[in-house]
Amino acid sequence: MSDTRDFSVFVRPGDGGRAAMDLAVEGIHCAACMRAIEKGLAAEPGVAGARVNLANRRLTVEWEPAKSTPERILERLEAIGYRAYPFSADGAESAEKREEKRLLVCLAIAGFAAMNVMLLSVSVWAGNVSDITVETRDFFHWLSALIALPAALYAGRPFFESAARALRARAVNMDVPISLGVLLALGMSVAETLNHAEHAYFDSAVMLLFFLLVGRYLERAMRRRTRAVATNLAALKAETAVKFVSESEIRTVPLAAISVGDLVLVRPGERISVDGVVEEGRSEVDSSLVTGETRPLAAAPGIEVYAGTLNLTGALRIRVRAAEKGTLLAEVQALLDKASENRGAYVQLADRAARLYAPVVHVTALATFLGWLAYGLGWHDSLIIAITVLIITCPCALGLAIPAVQVVASGALFRSRVLLNAGDALERFAAIDTIVFDKTGTLTLPSASVMNRDELDPALLALAGRLALSSRHPLAGALAKASAAREPLADAREEPGTGVFATLDGRPVFLGKPETAGLGLEAGRVAMAHPSAALIAVSIGEKGAVIAIGQELRGDARAVIDRLRAAGYRLAILSGDHEAAVRAAAGALGIEDYAAGLKPQDKITRLEALRAEGRIVMMVGDGLNDAPALAAAHASISPIEAAHVAQAAADAVFIGEALKPVADALAIGRRAHRIMIENLWLAVIYNFIAVPLAIAGFVTPLIAALAMSGSSVLVTLNAIRAGRAA
Amino acid sequence: MNVLVYLVPLALGLGLAGLGAFVWSMKSGQFEDLEGAAHRVLADDDLPGV
Repeated sequence: MSDTRDFSVFVRPGDGGRAAMDLAVEGIHCAACMRAIEKGLAAEPGVAGARVNLANRRLTVEWEPAKSTPERILERLEAIGYRAYPFSADGAESAEKREEKRLLVCLAIAGFAAMNVMLLSVSVWAGNVSDITVETRDFFHWLSALIALPAALYAGRPFFESAARALRARAVNMDVPISLGVLLALGMSVAETLNHAEHAYFDSAVMLLFFLLVGRYLERAMRRRTRAVATNLAALKAETAVKFVSESEIRTVPLAAISVGDLVLVRPGERISVDGVVEEGRSEVDSSLVTGETRPLAAAPGIEVYAGTLNLTGALRIRVRAAEKGTLLAEVQALLDKASENRGAYVQLADRAARLYAPVVHVTALATFLGWLAYGLGWHDSLIIAITVLIITCPCALGLAIPAVQVVASGALFRSRVLLNAGDALERFAAIDTIVFDKTGTLTLPSASVMNRDELDPALLALAGRLALSSRHPLAGALAKASAAREPLADAREEPGTGVFATLDGRPVFLGKPETAGLGLEAGRVAMAHPSAALIAVSIGEKGAVIAIGQELRGDARAVIDRLRAAGYRLAILSGDHEAAVRAAAGALGIEDYAAGLKPQDKITRLEALRAEGRIVMMVGDGLNDAPALAAAHASISPIEAAHVAQAAADAVFIGEALKPVADALAIGRRAHRIMIENLWLAVIYNFIAVPLAIAGFVTPLIAALAMSGSSVLVTLNAIRAGRAA
Repeated sequence: MNVLVYLVPLALGLGLAGLGAFVWSMKSGQFEDLEGAAHRVLADDDLPGV
C-alpha cells in the first residue's frame, strides 16, 4: 500500500498566484534556527520565500503551486531537523489582530498629538509667568486646537464607541466618564480660547487618551499573545489519520479531512485519532490519556474506540462514527458547556474598580459645579472648575494599574515555564486555597520509564533494550530509550501479541508477555510492588526478569507537594485510574485525600462538593476526562502534553517535566494580585490628594499634566515589581 | 513672532512625517516579529562573497 500525505486543506492563496501556508514549528529557540530554516527552505525548488516569526514560533512559506507541494516542504523541514505542523489561523485571531492594529494607530496618533500639543503648552505656561502677549497665546491655543481636536476625535473612538454601547444598554462603564471628560475638556478649551483666556486643557485631554490607550493596547497585546500560544499548541497537537481511499490504497490526511463513515487504519504504536467502531483486527488499547486508566482494554470487531487512546499490539481498521458527536467526546463537551455556564460571572478586579469609579466621579463633578454655583462664583467659572475635577480624576492610573501588572507577571510566568491561556487567570490563581490533582500524566511524567530499575540485572536490561528496538509496541520505545540500546539483534522477529524472539550466542532470548517466558509468578510480585506499571519479561536461556514500565511520579513532585502543603493549601488527588495505583501515588506524595476510578461527571461532583464547603479550588489535570473539571474549577492548569480539549479548557499550561511551574504560577499570581491592589490604592490616594485641590479651584493645566503623568509613571514602576523572581 | 510662523509648521510637518512613517511601517507588518528582526540585522548572507 502506498502512503502519501495530503495537507491541501491548509493551503491558502498567496500573492502573485503563489500558494502559501502557515505552520507552527517545534524546536525553534534562537536566531540560528531561524536562519537554518529560511535558508534551507529557500534552497528547495519552487519555494518563493520562507519567513520565520521568532516571537510566536511560526513559519509562513510561499511557493509556486506547479513546482512544489506542501508535503515536500514539510519533508524538507524535517530533513533540516524541525517538525512543523500546518494550521489555519482561525477567524477570531485575525479579527483580534485587526483590532489591535487599529488600537496601535490610535495610540500613535494620540502620542503624536500629545507631544506636539505639549510643546505648545509648555511655551504658553512659561510665557504666562513672563511676557507672552495675548495674541501669541491665542495663536498657540488655536494651533493646539488644530492638532488636538482631530487627533482626539480619531484616537478617542475606541472609548466613545464603548461608552455609546454602554449607554444604549442603560449601563455605565469606565469609558463613559472618560469620554465625557475628554469631550468636555476639549469643548471648554475651545470656549476659553475664544474668550482669550489664560488656561486651555488641550494637552490634558490628549495626554489622557494617550495613557489610556497604552493601557488598552498592553491588555490586548497580552491577550493576543496568549491566544497565539494556544493556537500553536493546538497545531502541534493536530493529528492526522490514515484513511483508506480505496480498498488497498491509504493516505495520511489531517483530521479536518476525515468524515463520518470513512475507514481508518491504526497501526500498532499509533494513537487513535478518531472515535469509531473497530471493523477488523484485534488489539489492546491504552486509554490512560482519556480516562486515566492504566490497564489496557481489549479491542475487537464491534468494540467502540475513542480518539486519544493508544493502539498497542495489532493493526485495527476503524469505521469513523459521527465525527463531532463521538459519544465520549460529546459527553465531555456537554459537561464543558454546562461547567462554563455555572462558573458564573467572575467579576474581574478591573471591572469592579470601574463600577465604583464612574458614579463617584460624576457625582463629585456635579456636586462641585452646584457647590460653586451656590457659593456665587458664576456659571462660567463653576463649570470650568467642575470640568477640571473631571479631568484630574483622570483614570490613567486606573487604566494602567492592572494591565501593566498583567503584562509583567505574564513575562515572569513565561520564564517559569507557564503559558497563560486566560487573561484574568492571575487574579483567580491568587484566591486559591485548595488544589486538586489528577494522577496520570499530571503528577506522573507524561512518558513511560522503567520503574524497577534497581532490582534488575543491568545486563538483562541492556538485552531487553536491544530486543525492544525490533518491536513496534509503544512500551518498547520507552524501554529502548531507558536502556540506551543501539544495535538490535540480527535475527529478532516479533510475534504480535506475544513478543520478540531472537538468539544470542546460541541461546534463545525473548522479550514480551511474562506468561510466555514462564515468569507469571515473578510478574505477580512485581505487579504488587508497582500497581500502575505495565509488565514486560525478558529472558535469556533460563535466566529472566520482569521489567515494570510505567509513568513515574515527576522528579520534584514530592518536594512541590510539601512546599504547597507548607504554604497552607489543602491537597487532594482525583483520578480515573484504578484504586491500587492511586493509593500508591498518594502514599508516595503524602496526600491523604484521594479518590480513584472517577468518570468526568464524578470529578465535577467532587469539585462542587468542595465548592459547597466554601473552598476555592484549582484543578491540575491533563486527560480528556479532566476537561470538564478544568472548566468547572475556579482556576486550572494543565501540562503541555495534555489532550487538546483539556488544554483549551485550562487557564494555563506548563512546560517540561517538573511540577514546580504549578507552585510558581500560584506564587506569581498571589504576588501580582497584591501589586494590582497596591496600584489601585495608589490611584485612589492620588485622587484623594488631587480632587480637593481641583474642587478648591487650584488646578491649572500644568498641575493637571504633572499629576497625570506622575501617577501613571508611579503605577507602572510599581507594576515592574511583579516581574521579579518569586 | 515672525520666526514662529515658519518654525511651528515645520515642527508639525516633521512630527506628521514621523507619524506617517510609523503607520506605514506598522501596516507593512514590520512590528509582527520584533525578536526575529533583531537577529536578522546581524545576518551576513546578503553580502556578496560571504
